[in-house]
Amino acid sequence: MSSPLGKDLLGLEQLTAEQINLVLDTAVPLKEISERTIKKVPTLRGATIVNLFFEASTRTRISFEFAEKRMSADTVNVASTGSSVSKGETLVDTARNLEAMRIDMVVIRHPASGAARFLAERIESNVINAGDGTHEHPTQGLLDLLTLRDHFGTLKGKKICLCGDVLHSRVARSNIWGLAKLGADVAVCGPRSLLPNAIEEMGVTVFDRIEAAIEWADALNVLRLQLERMQAGYIPSLREYNRVFGVTRERLDRAPRDVLILHPGPMNRGVEIDSDVADGPHSVILNQVTNGVAVRMAVLYLLSGNTPQLAEAAKGSA
Amino acid sequence: MTKSTSIVLSARAFERTVTRMADEIVERNDGIEGLVIVGIQRRGVQIAERIAARIESSEGSRVPLGALDITLYRDDLQTVGPRPVVGKTVLPVPLDGKHVVIVDDVLFTGRTIRAALDELADFGRPARVGLAVLIDRGGRELPIQPDVVGTKVDPPPGSRVDVLVQELDGKDEVVLTSGGAS
Amino acid sequence: MSAHRDVLLKGGRLVDPSSKLDGVGDLLIRDGKIESVGGTIGAPSDATVIDCVGQVVAPGFIDVHCHLREPGREDVETIATGARAAAAGGFTAVCAMPNTDPVTDNQAAVGFVLKQGKAANAARVYPIGAISIGEKGERLAEFGEMVGAGAIAVSDDGKPVVSAQLMRTALEYARTFGIPVADHCEDPTLAEGGAMNEGLVSARLGLKGIPSEAEEIMAIRDILLARRTGGHVHLCHMSTRGSVELIRWGKDRNIRVTAEVCPHHLSLTEDECEGYDTHAKMNPPLRSADDVDALQQAVKDGTIDVIATDHAPHHYDEKEREFADAPNGIVGFETALAVNITWLVKPGIISLSTLIDKMSCAPAKLFHLPGGSLRKGGAADVTVFDPHREWTVEPSKFLTKGRNTPYSGRTLTGAVACVLVDGKIVHTVKG
Repeated sequence: MSSPLGKDLLGLEQLTAEQINLVLDTAVPLKEISERTIKKVPTLRGATIVNLFFEASTRTRISFEFAEKRMSADTVNVASTGSSVSKGETLVDTARNLEAMRIDMVVIRHPASGAARFLAERIESNVINAGDGTHEHPTQGLLDLLTLRDHFGTLKGKKICLCGDVLHSRVARSNIWGLAKLGADVAVCGPRSLLPNAIEEMGVTVFDRIEAAIEWADALNVLRLQLERMQAGYIPSLREYNRVFGVTRERLDRAPRDVLILHPGPMNRGVEIDSDVADGPHSVILNQVTNGVAVRMAVLYLLSGNTPQLAEAAKGSA
Repeated sequence: MTKSTSIVLSARAFERTVTRMADEIVERNDGIEGLVIVGIQRRGVQIAERIAARIESSEGSRVPLGALDITLYRDDLQTVGPRPVVGKTVLPVPLDGKHVVIVDDVLFTGRTIRAALDELADFGRPARVGLAVLIDRGGRELPIQPDVVGTKVDPPPGSRVDVLVQELDGKDEVVLTSGGAS
Repeated sequence: MSAHRDVLLKGGRLVDPSSKLDGVGDLLIRDGKIESVGGTIGAPSDATVIDCVGQVVAPGFIDVHCHLREPGREDVETIATGARAAAAGGFTAVCAMPNTDPVTDNQAAVGFVLKQGKAANAARVYPIGAISIGEKGERLAEFGEMVGAGAIAVSDDGKPVVSAQLMRTALEYARTFGIPVADHCEDPTLAEGGAMNEGLVSARLGLKGIPSEAEEIMAIRDILLARRTGGHVHLCHMSTRGSVELIRWGKDRNIRVTAEVCPHHLSLTEDECEGYDTHAKMNPPLRSADDVDALQQAVKDGTIDVIATDHAPHHYDEKEREFADAPNGIVGFETALAVNITWLVKPGIISLSTLIDKMSCAPAKLFHLPGGSLRKGGAADVTVFDPHREWTVEPSKFLTKGRNTPYSGRTLTGAVACVLVDGKIVHTVKG
């Protein structure tokens, strides 16, 4: 019994192009399920999935929950706000408790980088990383890849630029690995104070000016600017950020070609992206949301091949 | 025991059989009114296409043609691995009140058809669902019977029946392999 | 009393850089002092004779930087368990940093550490007093009273001395007592929230990095203040190539700067943090391969004076957590010798004699401590070890209460056989 992805989905850095393509190829036919009268297939009947959210996240949690329910899994949501340090129970205790309850899969969102891996190493259940600190957000990366592939047919040689706060962005890291593996040219653009010092060593081109990035790119993935970054002193003001780095209609109008616009959401309209760009003809932001459910269904399906408890149950009833 | 293969249907016999199946489907439906042909991924889809083409040439109009991938409805998903590839499901029209004919290449245990019936139910409530198969090789594990059968074979245990189609395999043929092989 | 019984170490390789000694011979200990060194010595009647053939007999190691956690965290380590673990690692003396709870910032606290150390009957324990009261970085602690009670240096280790003015005053004031001021070099604004070295690995893992400059800025500040004041600044746990260059710059100008490096910074890189292994989390963090190379060369050319462990035990479940939230530090006593032999002596970067200088003679000299020599008449603090024996690190067998080590499961070369403090055997390994 083995899943082509292994036991867990922790990040795109460890996956091969073949594995990434398998998820995307599986997601494509799954999109149709959400168009049916009865939006549900029995694939994960009897599987128990815990959505363990240590950080507030409406979109990702809802997307996972839809994916799980459309695959007929039983789901439990555990939300624990506040930092991992301030809450009483440690992550290792949480892991042991989950293990004791014999659940099949855990979807974890956590403010600490490495938290998903920490959990995966300690429990037998499949673990899906729904965002760990500033490390990775692999399902977001996969849905971005699917959205780009849907549009361009292939990612080979396509020029994709991630714009904004790459330093603190798990979406950026998952995109960088995923895009590079599928053959895209990857660039980043943002104030240097919001780019990792070693960014060039990650194999990406850096644009200091958004105008240059727009001139170069086939698509922009505009990252959310966490408003706390201003308080922390990484940028002087949101207003200046929009004036220097904002993806605006005027800047896009000067581009030599139509530039596809992605944004992982939630958007700060008027900060990193202007409304008429977000709602404009080249925006695929809502396609990303639709693809998110299909990609997560694909991940659930592919990982479920590595669920020992389910296999035991299936044998018993056969 | 050594492996032996024999041809169940040659290319010409294949074509004649599909033609006869198409005619029988139309006859049983008393025309093409309300008829929807749905092939099961993968080779049921190609056979369904041939049947639809034959109906179009004999009846002068096209019947709605769909494809059904039953992977997500299989009852053995947790015991097989790695995960089977999920194919496309396309149903071009609402199924309520229609006469749906499921088309598959080989009918064996009946489990695929059970899954197909479950999946169809998620798309609506047809007036009637029929089943047409190119090969019925017996060995049923569920109470499922075909309405239209191309050819019946009764292979010894442990043998395989492979349906080859031009679109995927380069030729139309049905081969029976007995003994030796898994 | 066994202290009065003679001990004869027979047939070992006597290595003592402080007296330029390196050759096979015997060593006789009487009344806690080294009575006779070298040549063949007949066993006095009633003497304990220890066969040291194939072993190295060296002045006992002295660790100028460790955390013994008592008072305050006796669940993690006590002065007694720490002193026994130190002895097991070949250390005959260790200097305990003052960042306990309460902080060792007055003569009574210094006296407590000293008393607990004596009672342990293992490695000697020397207290280091705090530079500032409560290590708060505000007001100077009473250096004079602490030295009077037995403190041998001052440091706010665990934290940097943020105020340059306070550091200046400490260096000036310490001159009266002839003690080094040991500083944990870290610019707190650059290091804030950092969990590992800043570089490609931190960028990939999404962990906040600590840039080399956080250390280097403080290192050069301290060197410049030592120049201004004439005080002796001792830079703790140096970890970067830049720091090495700055120390070299200071020494070239005869500034009174000395520096230490830890075995882990001489052997491991930031790559150990892959997989979010919290046993690789320490402060200063494990750096790049280039930094390791520079530090090894600095040990060789004398830019770095001593090797110290920064032994920092933690309860096992404190390390069993998310990387960013896990505490810094690893245990060091029981692996230091073997790590140094494995990464420095075996590959030929430094000689065994240089290693003994860095682990024994130099610390004794810089911190004005007894030991660090095999000269006749000196304190009989002696370590006997097998420089070729291989062993596999099993944290469960440590004498320290801490189990937090990145060397777990690794096979290292060099094993302690016997340790004497004041002529008494405080640790011995059978076989």
